[in-house]
Amino acid sequence: MSQSHRIPGGQIDRTKTFRFTFDGLPYTGHPGDTLASALLANGVRLMGRSFKYHRPRGPISAGSEEPNALVELRSGGRQEPNTRATVAELFDGLTANSQNRWPSLRFDAMAINDRLNAFFAAGFYYKTFMWPKSFWEKLYEPIIRRAAGLGSVTREEDPDAYDKGFLHCELLVIGAGPAGLMAALTAGRVGRRVILADEDFRMGGRLNAETVAVGGVPGADWAAAVVTELSAMPNVRLLSRTTVIGAFDHGIYGAVERVSDHLPVPPAGKPRQILWRIYTRRAILSGGATERPIAFENNDRPGIMLAGALRAYANRWAVKVGERVAVFTNNDDGLRTATDLQARGVDVVAVIDSREGGEMLSGVRHLRGAQVIDTAGRLGLKAITVRQANGATETIAVDALGVSGGWNPNVNIHSHHRSRPVWDAGIAAFIPGPEGPPGLLVAGAAAGLLSTHAALRSGRDAALAALELTSGPDLPEAEDAPVRITPLWHVSHGKGRAWIDQQNDVTVKDVKLAKQENFTSVEHLKRYTTLGMATDQGKTGNVIGLAIMAELTGRSIPETGTTIYRPPYTPVAMGALAGRSRGKEFKPYRLTPSHHWAREQGAVFVEVGNWLRTQWVPKPGETEWRQSVDREVLATRRSVGICDVTTLGKIDIQGTDAGAFLDRVYANTFSTLPVGKCRYGLMLREDGIVFDDGTTARMGEHEYVMTTTTANAVTVFRHLEFCRQCLWPEMDVQLISTTEAWAQFSVAGPNARKLLEKVVDQDISDAAFPYMGAGNITVCGGLRARLFRISFSGELAYEIAVPTRYGDALLREMLARGAEFDPVVYGTEALGVMRVEKGHVAGGELNGQSTALNMGLGKMVSRKKDSIGMVLSQREGLTDPDGYRLVGVKPVDPNGKLTAGSHFLEKGAAAVAANDGGWLTSKVYSPHLGHDIALGYLKAGDRKIGQRMRAVNLLTGQDTEVEIVSPHFFDPEGERLRG
Amino acid sequence: MIIHHPILGPRDAQEFVYLGDASLIDRPDGMTAGIEEFHEYLYQRTNPAGEHRELWYHEQGDRSWLVVTRNTVTHEITKVELARDVARSRGRSK
Amino acid sequence: MASLQAMTALGAREAAMVTVGSVTIAERVDVALASVAARRGHDLQPAANAAGVPLPGPARYQSGTPYSGFWVAPDMWFVEAPFATHELIADHLKAAFGAAASITEQTDAWVVFDLAAPDLAPLMERLCNVDFAGVSDGHATRTVIEHLGCYLVRQSRGNLRLYGPRSSAQSLLHALEAAALSAC
Repeated sequence: MSQSHRIPGGQIDRTKTFRFTFDGLPYTGHPGDTLASALLANGVRLMGRSFKYHRPRGPISAGSEEPNALVELRSGGRQEPNTRATVAELFDGLTANSQNRWPSLRFDAMAINDRLNAFFAAGFYYKTFMWPKSFWEKLYEPIIRRAAGLGSVTREEDPDAYDKGFLHCELLVIGAGPAGLMAALTAGRVGRRVILADEDFRMGGRLNAETVAVGGVPGADWAAAVVTELSAMPNVRLLSRTTVIGAFDHGIYGAVERVSDHLPVPPAGKPRQILWRIYTRRAILSGGATERPIAFENNDRPGIMLAGALRAYANRWAVKVGERVAVFTNNDDGLRTATDLQARGVDVVAVIDSREGGEMLSGVRHLRGAQVIDTAGRLGLKAITVRQANGATETIAVDALGVSGGWNPNVNIHSHHRSRPVWDAGIAAFIPGPEGPPGLLVAGAAAGLLSTHAALRSGRDAALAALELTSGPDLPEAEDAPVRITPLWHVSHGKGRAWIDQQNDVTVKDVKLAKQENFTSVEHLKRYTTLGMATDQGKTGNVIGLAIMAELTGRSIPETGTTIYRPPYTPVAMGALAGRSRGKEFKPYRLTPSHHWAREQGAVFVEVGNWLRTQWVPKPGETEWRQSVDREVLATRRSVGICDVTTLGKIDIQGTDAGAFLDRVYANTFSTLPVGKCRYGLMLREDGIVFDDGTTARMGEHEYVMTTTTANAVTVFRHLEFCRQCLWPEMDVQLISTTEAWAQFSVAGPNARKLLEKVVDQDISDAAFPYMGAGNITVCGGLRARLFRISFSGELAYEIAVPTRYGDALLREMLARGAEFDPVVYGTEALGVMRVEKGHVAGGELNGQSTALNMGLGKMVSRKKDSIGMVLSQREGLTDPDGYRLVGVKPVDPNGKLTAGSHFLEKGAAAVAANDGGWLTSKVYSPHLGHDIALGYLKAGDRKIGQRMRAVNLLTGQDTEVEIVSPHFFDPEGERLRG
Repeated sequence: MIIHHPILGPRDAQEFVYLGDASLIDRPDGMTAGIEEFHEYLYQRTNPAGEHRELWYHEQGDRSWLVVTRNTVTHEITKVELARDVARSRGRSK
Repeated sequence: MASLQAMTALGAREAAMVTVGSVTIAERVDVALASVAARRGHDLQPAANAAGVPLPGPARYQSGTPYSGFWVAPDMWFVEAPFATHELIADHLKAAFGAAASITEQTDAWVVFDLAAPDLAPLMERLCNVDFAGVSDGHATRTVIEHLGCYLVRQSRGNLRLYGPRSSAQSLLHALEAAALSAC
């Protein structure tokens, strides 16, 4: 199809032709077109079906306020639903499809809803689909979703990248119309850092859509010249295709830049969009105004548009929407449409002005005091019916109608901190209220200043005020027409439907129904009728709806009030919010020093926080994880095993009060620990619950090294800083994390010392380096290292640390030099098995609900000194002699299975909460014992050792008879670790 | 949100971790105070609609604990102090 | 010193050098680092001056030979020196400050990247909230890049040094590369 509706002029590049398809049919357009302007140029007005009634719809606007022309762009992983054709920039090869219709846009089976409209009035969901309740999820909702809907989401992954970024400026200008351009120019010329953002791909705002002159040249040319000047300024950042989506606290603004939406595919490595976080002390909202329609019967047919949109398509995009056009207006601005269209050779059949005294245009049939009362044309406008001032009706054949009900300032962003817009009767619209976001000024049409001159002046003045400047550029000459409007919200006539909110199919009748049912507050009106919801957020319809409610209730519009706006200003793609944080890039990884060795061995890794830890290291022939884990445990207990424990938090604590400080933060005492020794420490929260545990070594008189659990490394450090700065500010204590500085390996097993003697330069015999010894040593001929004789596995064990860069080499060296001991490298699973065999607490027991007493460690809480949590750990509820105690659990039948999370029940007791005796916290298979073992918290467990109970799991159906035993399954006397 | 750090100037609240009421500085002495006093200290809070003094930790910054005076209704921040200075001024020592 | 062979934070024997568009990312394995924290009631400046250890004010970096330093927290600095001569940097600094300071070796807690480009501002605005274009040379700050706490030192509009957590060196480098490809 040729571009049958293209007329001369416009801001499109006719030297290039783009080919695109809509619903499979080929069309052409030009650079500078939107999808909507190109389709209109090709004579296509029907672009969608409405949400509820499936009414045929075309665009009513030429901007981001568009409620109707929602389409799906592209296909496959890049398919993008609910895109407004009015802002989708055309590119060569674009494929677009209509949505919410079946089987085709012209014939939509669900249009039956339109005939059944009596059943679909406001609130019908609430009334119709309530009973029976169980039907909602299974039956009603799926049907409603299918029938009433927007576009479809692709099932494929989005192949494009989305960036996030941060920008700083002294002045952010939101909207590049005459006010915004003038503001940016004022600030830019004096060297201030300015960001000028506009959602359009061409800056200029309404100047591109109108024929007004600025400074003696066409407004669009003036805008282009200003943009050229601004773009040469290094202190000015121009962000076109960028929507400022919200004003957040303390001068932070969000903005989405559509970097590649106008390209078929983003260039390699480039993002599709960027979500900017803009920091600025001052901002100017110069986002213009949005024209609103007038509600009359069947006012939703393709070809009926906002009058300003008709002008924009004609002036900017060189498109005549129809051959025979009429204009329906209640204000002078609507008259411009007739003038502009006539100047471009479009046949303007009539101007219908609802006012008695409106200005007359020469050469056009002008009907004063008249109203459009109905329209005809199923898939597109064919005729309008007009009621004249004398009551006579007349049907006029037209294929396009421009409607102007006045302009609503775009106050949205000014409302983001809950500022309520105020009613300005002079322009019959809400303007920004007095208390917007601090630092945000408003200029131009957004402030209700609707003439070009007023926009230019207020833009300049806002910049002067924001930056505390005294003089700015001279203002170019421009029109300063007053606003002359006599509000008309809807035409009273007949029983047909007159649309207010075309996106949600809300009609005047629905507002009446809401009133009838007493949903008269604007907030109730919105929720009951869905007025102002979905992608357009009521940019064209809200004010009409509440004005009609005001009329129905006999209140004024200010009394009725308005809903306010929240971010985002226009819809934001989920991808832009996610940024790069998706898939494997969801979060950064932390790799241990042994990672490369482990990968070479084919180790299986487990995510622990951000860490990737070795879970087990399979050997050839091992097909099941238990084979590997059992082997690692048995080999360690038989000879020697090595485990990378670098992930444990390490905190260097120095200062003359370091020991006293540790006494305060640990439940047990550390100031008495001799230099060269380490001790297990138990850290409580102030409420008496166990926070963390680990060993802390005294490396010097005023120097300790604390270890924390992997999971709590960050929170413990934060807590220590709190104690140091907020509780005891005069203590001489310095803290720094050394978690990443040292590669640390646990070396455990009967041959641990023999293996270490192969690499350690010093004497580490039992006499020289006894149990719980700690100290600085050297390895492999002089490399600084640290050695701690501590054990988690219950074996003779050490932890040895070297600077991280040498960790990989140390591991390989230990394996090579100690080969005669057949050392095994074990992962977190084997580590877990051995610690449960020894009855050491870890994640399942350190659950944020348990006390030292629960863990059998009650004696560790010293009452001879003040420490965090000491006092409240003595509370009645936490010292209950019948409370939970840590116990060991084994199945009476060695083949019996245990599951962590199972609950303790007495034999014969029903599996109900009242009989609950506690639960299994951790369970492993002990290869040493040859059966499952577990730890658990059991009420009065310390007095139940030797008893038989049941471990019941209602999820898995397990009901296993168990014996309660000491949690120390293995070497309860601790002879091995002192060996 | 932006917090005007007394040493580092305006910093994005994203860099901070929030703890809660600044009264957490006033910890009783565990050797003299009993359970009741600690209970008051740990659990009892006013919940003002208006000015609130609260603890923020500059975890992704210089690790200073700050006392931020923030209006819970408007989010306006009227004062930011180093918690260590506040603690000292409230008589805390070792 | 020892027979053990060092591995870089990226798991290699040699420091990485990557060029993406106009941006060069050079891993530095030749920097020794330690923290210097003043003990309570001690003024470190006299000892620092005597030993030639720069301890600049908040958010500042000061270069010198062999020591350079930057502020990290109240009464705490990170001090750099060449690894070849100062692998035992903590020992050197302990000798200089004695009981007046707490010194902790930090060399291997971090991966160090030197970034260079004609203008690094377009890259940095995709990575962190530091106003890289707005701050002066010698600005040093902690910031978050790719969810990771990093120290950033601006040497000039086209040069900066980044300290990132060593265990996440690969993730950090990946973020730098992706941002460089995207922005430059």
